[in-house]
Amino acid sequence: MLSRTASSLYWLGRYFERADFIARLVEATVRLDVLSPRPAGEAAWTSALTVTETDAAFAAEGTKFHRREVARFLTVDAGHPGSIVRCIGMARSNARAVRTALTREAWTAINRAWLLFEGRPAASDAGAVLGIVEAVQNEARGFEGAVHRMLRNQTTWFVRLGQAVERSDNTARLLDVKYHLLLPEHERVGGVVDRDQWTTILQTVSAVTAYRWLYSDGLTPANVIDLLIARSELPRSLVASAQETVDVLALLARRTGQHGEADRMARNRANRMAKTRSGEVIASGLHEFLRSFIDENALLHGAIGRQFKFG
Amino acid sequence: MRLLIEHRTTFRFPEPQPRLIQMLRVTPQNNHDQTVVAWRIDVDRDVRMREDCDGWGNAVTMLYVDGPLDGIEIAVSGEVVTSESGGVLHGVRERFPPTLFLRDTTATARDPAIALWAGEVARGADRLADLHRLNAALGERIAIDPHRAGVELAAGEAWQQERATAGEIAQLFVAAARSLGTPARYVSGYGLIGGERAPQPHGWAEAHVDGIGWIGFDPVTRLSPQDRHVRVAVALDAAGAAPIAGSRLGPAVEVLTIDASAA
Amino acid sequence: MPMRQAFDEIMGAGEGGPPRAELAALSRWIETTPADELRRRQQAAEATFRQLGITFAVYGESDAAERIIPFDIVPRVFLPGEWARLSEGLVQRVEAINAFLHDIYGERRILAEGVLPADLVLGNPQFRPEIAGMRPPHDIWAHICGIDLVRTGPDDFFVLEDNARTPSGVSYMLENREAMLRLCPELFRRFRVAAVDSYPDRLLETMKSVAPHGVSQPVCVLLTPGHYNSAYYEHSFLADSMGIELVEGADLVVDDDIVWMRTIAGRVKVDVIYRRIDDDFLDPLVFRPDSALGVPGLIAAYAAGNVAILNAPGNGIADDKAIYSYMPEIVRFYSGGDAKLPNVETWRCREPQALAYTLDHLDELVVKLVDGSGGYGMLVGPTASKAEIEAFRAALIAEPHRYIAQPTLALSTVPTMADQGLAPRHVDFRPFVLSGRRGVQVVPGGLTRVALKEGSLVVNSSQGGGTKDSFVLMDDQPGAAQQMRTDVMTQTLGAMTQETRS
Repeated sequence: MLSRTASSLYWLGRYFERADFIARLVEATVRLDVLSPRPAGEAAWTSALTVTETDAAFAAEGTKFHRREVARFLTVDAGHPGSIVRCIGMARSNARAVRTALTREAWTAINRAWLLFEGRPAASDAGAVLGIVEAVQNEARGFEGAVHRMLRNQTTWFVRLGQAVERSDNTARLLDVKYHLLLPEHERVGGVVDRDQWTTILQTVSAVTAYRWLYSDGLTPANVIDLLIARSELPRSLVASAQETVDVLALLARRTGQHGEADRMARNRANRMAKTRSGEVIASGLHEFLRSFIDENALLHGAIGRQFKFG
Repeated sequence: MRLLIEHRTTFRFPEPQPRLIQMLRVTPQNNHDQTVVAWRIDVDRDVRMREDCDGWGNAVTMLYVDGPLDGIEIAVSGEVVTSESGGVLHGVRERFPPTLFLRDTTATARDPAIALWAGEVARGADRLADLHRLNAALGERIAIDPHRAGVELAAGEAWQQERATAGEIAQLFVAAARSLGTPARYVSGYGLIGGERAPQPHGWAEAHVDGIGWIGFDPVTRLSPQDRHVRVAVALDAAGAAPIAGSRLGPAVEVLTIDASAA
Repeated sequence: MPMRQAFDEIMGAGEGGPPRAELAALSRWIETTPADELRRRQQAAEATFRQLGITFAVYGESDAAERIIPFDIVPRVFLPGEWARLSEGLVQRVEAINAFLHDIYGERRILAEGVLPADLVLGNPQFRPEIAGMRPPHDIWAHICGIDLVRTGPDDFFVLEDNARTPSGVSYMLENREAMLRLCPELFRRFRVAAVDSYPDRLLETMKSVAPHGVSQPVCVLLTPGHYNSAYYEHSFLADSMGIELVEGADLVVDDDIVWMRTIAGRVKVDVIYRRIDDDFLDPLVFRPDSALGVPGLIAAYAAGNVAILNAPGNGIADDKAIYSYMPEIVRFYSGGDAKLPNVETWRCREPQALAYTLDHLDELVVKLVDGSGGYGMLVGPTASKAEIEAFRAALIAEPHRYIAQPTLALSTVPTMADQGLAPRHVDFRPFVLSGRRGVQVVPGGLTRVALKEGSLVVNSSQGGGTKDSFVLMDDQPGAAQQMRTDVMTQTLGAMTQETRS
């Protein structure tokens, strides 16, 4: 397979996954905002910006801070590289470049997601924002299904590799930011926290039901952290994403007959993650753990690019 | 005359280049009045070089360099013995009939102002004498721009600005000669001109006169080349005969410095 | 100006006249299939094309103009004898084109012998001195040619244009046939139609056959300018059907005069490139330095004999419209015989007499830019407005060397679906000719383009033209075989009846 093709498929996976994540994040934030008293509602939007590491970019736009402006910035702002519309645009332009490698179903899902934003002005109220992010998630689910119905070959694997790497990053960011926002420095873990905020996290990673299945002792921060870091049952957990990365790389290695730096890094990470206990992580510093996970993920991304010569 | 040439081209890249491909036309070939005694190309990196020949018959060296690369220096050195021929070229196997060199290029496009002027200068019955007049008049009219090197301006632009580099004036000669229906071409090489102690990269022109053949014209000296010019490459214009045609694969800007020191 | 009555390829000489006897079976099919049914099938075909994304971009239209080329359900048909004669002429012509290119970039015998004016070649921008002296592997230059033909009568075929650079349209030949097989299967039961679906195999075989010497398992690729190109669908379609990589310039690197392709498993050496980008953009070191589509160093690799490029760089000179008018002389020079396929009579406006004639007859001639294509820069005298004619007159006087003129031919017609039902529409034809190490072959079929507007002679897709399938029949008496079998059956039945009686 051409390196360019592989690179386009990988980026297509990353961008579409990112768009889906931002859509989930915005949806959860809207709900939280509606539920909370005013000041806490504003804080939810601040944290949405922090999670996506776009607070500085938003400030640079010079727009007055307002929930409507943040929602616009994260969803339909074509000038902001981290908006849903831009992520979908990037996913689509990568898909276009490799269109013949994709099934029509997969292409259509991406194209339809892109068309959602055609000629759409800024979403004016919470309802409109919810409408658009739900539609994006629908197309994302359609795409996910289409990818799984595609031939089990390199084309599919590069898309899934991009998704897995992106997902690792997103979950780690979400947990890092929310955790620190919710936990003032003098607070003890498990102290007084805003229950709704924790629900937001679960909603963002579609884990509300999963949580109820897996934990019988009600909503506690330690359990949420455990779920998002160490439970392989949850597809968006760090351990599951790390394992998915290893699996997809192994499939590719079997086809190309080449093992490399990326395989080794991914395997090391997954082995470590499998032994990680969330209690120990919390005790020795969750923030440090997540930051180093994010950094390692970026290194892995680099190694993948080198190994498959994305150039 | 024995001419010792040493010429270095240095590229510095603000951002490291993943790799580099350069096409060099820096190697002179023998003719009746030019004997290459020694010639070499040195590069300060590990490179793969391939000797080749372009469509015009010029010697070409392809240079393939692996990155990452923050700069490269290409040094050319050699010794050439020349003799005086009154500017007439002898002993070169021509690939094309002269008529080919009536073709326009972007850099030597037809220009009414140049054609008008050339027609006024060249009113004689003798084409050779006309071309000499054209050469001298051009050298007189267009001043050498001391601040620039290389060839950037097309003939028409150089004509308007009335200041140009040697190569640009040579292109002007080419355009003017063609406007008279005379086949003409650009020559790149080295020249020992003025007070220089060693030959410098230089560009001049050649025009074809029936019954005589190809004759060199250097508007800078306002004469035909004597034994102080080393002829390296010819083409329809300066870009076609460029000593270095390079391709950058990275996003960086090339910084080019040419330094020819005394042998 | 009234047009002469055009020859209809199925319905015969003229309005109301009897259909061509040889194609009676086809005219019966046309007459007995209800127009609504034909229209329904046509729409089904077009819907498929739209879904497949067989689109082309129209230059100069900004509204993301991706259109499909209209498809017409009534096929155009060649009889075996007609096809055999055409093929002979095409092979002869393409052999001459190859010999011409070999000569013109080498010895230039044809100029030395004064067969055509030297300045017409040497001064032509399509003649590329940059690659003179370089020889493609096995001395084959024009591997894939599309020769545009027109017809004015049962035996009157003329070459309108040679396309020896990167002719497109072959995907339509294949997709149109697919659609016809699906939508009109009865036609294929009644007629034995030569198959076209071997084209990708033949093309791949051609590519492999011209690999550089000493390469036993050549790696072939198709080089595209990218997915914004109007013919991108065809590029990806061909690459997929041949099972080769579809590469862009950035996917290839030249190192040590060898072309490599960047893959996830490292560099892979490339031996044969079917390029669908123009010479100008092929190698920024040699041609346009601002080209981002090409591959730096490609020409060096080619000069070193390490890669085959299809079609060879520099081919533009062979299909230049100024050279076209000399094709009969060129064919005679290299083949020793007269051209079996004649040219359309052509006035070269660079010649004063021809210019004078052209200016006097602008209202009846077709005037073309020598370096134009796609139906742009063209005047069709009989249908042009006064203003258009005067604009061309001024342009001709200013730059006569840029133009040629031809008579307005009464192009043949084929019944075509129009608003009011079937009606005759003018067609042209582009067969595809492949030149490999084992000789020159003509694929039995091609692209029939049809001018959908009544009376229009402009068939270009960018100007509202459509396409048809082109049948090459394998029987001299098409439809007769089946007819005969029915007769035999009736006789036997009759005999049986008689027998029982007696």
